[in-house]
Amino acid sequence: MIEVIDLYKEFKGVPVLKGVSTTFEKGVTSMIIGQSGSGKTVFLKCLVGLHIPERGIISFDGRKHTELDITEHRLLRQEIGMVFQGGALYDSLTVEENIMFPLKMFADQSISERMDRVNFVLKRVNLENANKKFPAELSGGMQKRVSIARAIVMNPKYLFCDEPNSGLDPNTATVIDNLIKEITEEYQIITVINSHDMNSVMEIGEKIIFLKDGVKEWEGSNKEIFKTENEAIVNFVYSSNLFRKVREAYLKETK
Amino acid sequence: MRYLKHIGKYFLMLRQVFRKPQKWSVFREMLFREIEDLGLKSLGIIAFISFFVGGVIAIQTALNVDNPFIPKYLIGFATKQSMILEFAPTFMSVILAGKVGSYISSSIGTMRVTEQIDALEVMGINSLNYLVLPKIMATMFFYPLLISLAMFLGIFGGYVAGSLTDLFYSDDYLYGIRLDFDPYYIQYALIKTVVFAFVIATIPAYHGYYVKGGSLEVGRASTQAVVWTSVVIILLNYFLTQMLLA
Repeated sequence: MIEVIDLYKEFKGVPVLKGVSTTFEKGVTSMIIGQSGSGKTVFLKCLVGLHIPERGIISFDGRKHTELDITEHRLLRQEIGMVFQGGALYDSLTVEENIMFPLKMFADQSISERMDRVNFVLKRVNLENANKKFPAELSGGMQKRVSIARAIVMNPKYLFCDEPNSGLDPNTATVIDNLIKEITEEYQIITVINSHDMNSVMEIGEKIIFLKDGVKEWEGSNKEIFKTENEAIVNFVYSSNLFRKVREAYLKETK
Repeated sequence: MRYLKHIGKYFLMLRQVFRKPQKWSVFREMLFREIEDLGLKSLGIIAFISFFVGGVIAIQTALNVDNPFIPKYLIGFATKQSMILEFAPTFMSVILAGKVGSYISSSIGTMRVTEQIDALEVMGINSLNYLVLPKIMATMFFYPLLISLAMFLGIFGGYVAGSLTDLFYSDDYLYGIRLDFDPYYIQYALIKTVVFAFVIATIPAYHGYYVKGGSLEVGRASTQAVVWTSVVIILLNYFLTQMLLA
């Protein structure tokens, strides 16, 4: 379990996160939603250790980030997989080399064992024949899939995804969503996704945290989001006519 | 005050760079790649420039030595001294600061703005050690060889220029380049080169690593890196000369 207690982060005196507390469970796809500038990305970067919070505790299965030294931090990070918004694939390396990179750095495996693992994860993300391609030769969706493959190649305990659907067409976005959810359940990992995409939220958001101006405004599941009366989240999630109508129909049906 | 902050940050960066590599086999692979990118790929431009600079020094010295009491072998002597003491180590290092410095700064800067460095950090990799240490080792190992070649080609360029223009006799030139040869000058030049190689690898890496923003900022960081690397090389050249020769 990841436990976040009273997380506070500021930049040049401007607070971005103002005491956020929550938990993330194993095998559950958790989503952080909120408007641009609400602190979602900063929250995610605090979780993975790219930002150091001014106050608060982040505990990974009992290991508090404040009590770890640099080496322990690095060891903890080897249990973390992250899918970046732009993929963050290494341009000069092929798909195969990109995915093999964490294995080369940390795993004591022979080349053939590494290759087997790379082929296994590539198959898992449905990219069997892309081994020798460079990131520039791939579509956005394929790059995201390679990024997911690289994130899971070390069998992480924790998976973080920063807007994995940005820039993707609805079909590809659904494929990526389902892939992340399947992986979360299959490997029983803790997955935290930062997203703007309401389709994803409704589809795979088993736990949703809504941030507004650096404060946790609402927390619940994708089922509860239909029934909530919280004005801020209703205005945010149901800002389009289509979603508003869907909500009204759902509420009518469940009455 | 701002400069002091940068200097402090630069030395803090170096503290992270000089850690034990997390995996020696990966470090070795990176080192060979950097030797190719930062060293071997600069061979052509350094050979070309040093050859012609040597030629120009010889011709200019010959044209300015019109006093019959000044022996012509001084043309070879002047070319040798200029190439070994200054043109090869300093002038070529400034050229390398432009070519290699902008490459280092823009490649690391691009990795920063496309979150590739964040990806390394999230994996638990010391990104500074992984990216910068092989560059420092590659330049400090390879640039003395490159600059030695530049010295040789510069002096050879002077010889060829003399043969083509008939401004001086080859025998005089060959006598001049052997006259009063002090091996310590080579040592002095190579010490300077190693220091400059360190500067060429680290200052652009600093500018690239801490860049914020997008491609425009990467371009600006690259320009800043070249300017500051050149300034530091020129300043260090003065102090090193004072320390080693005075």
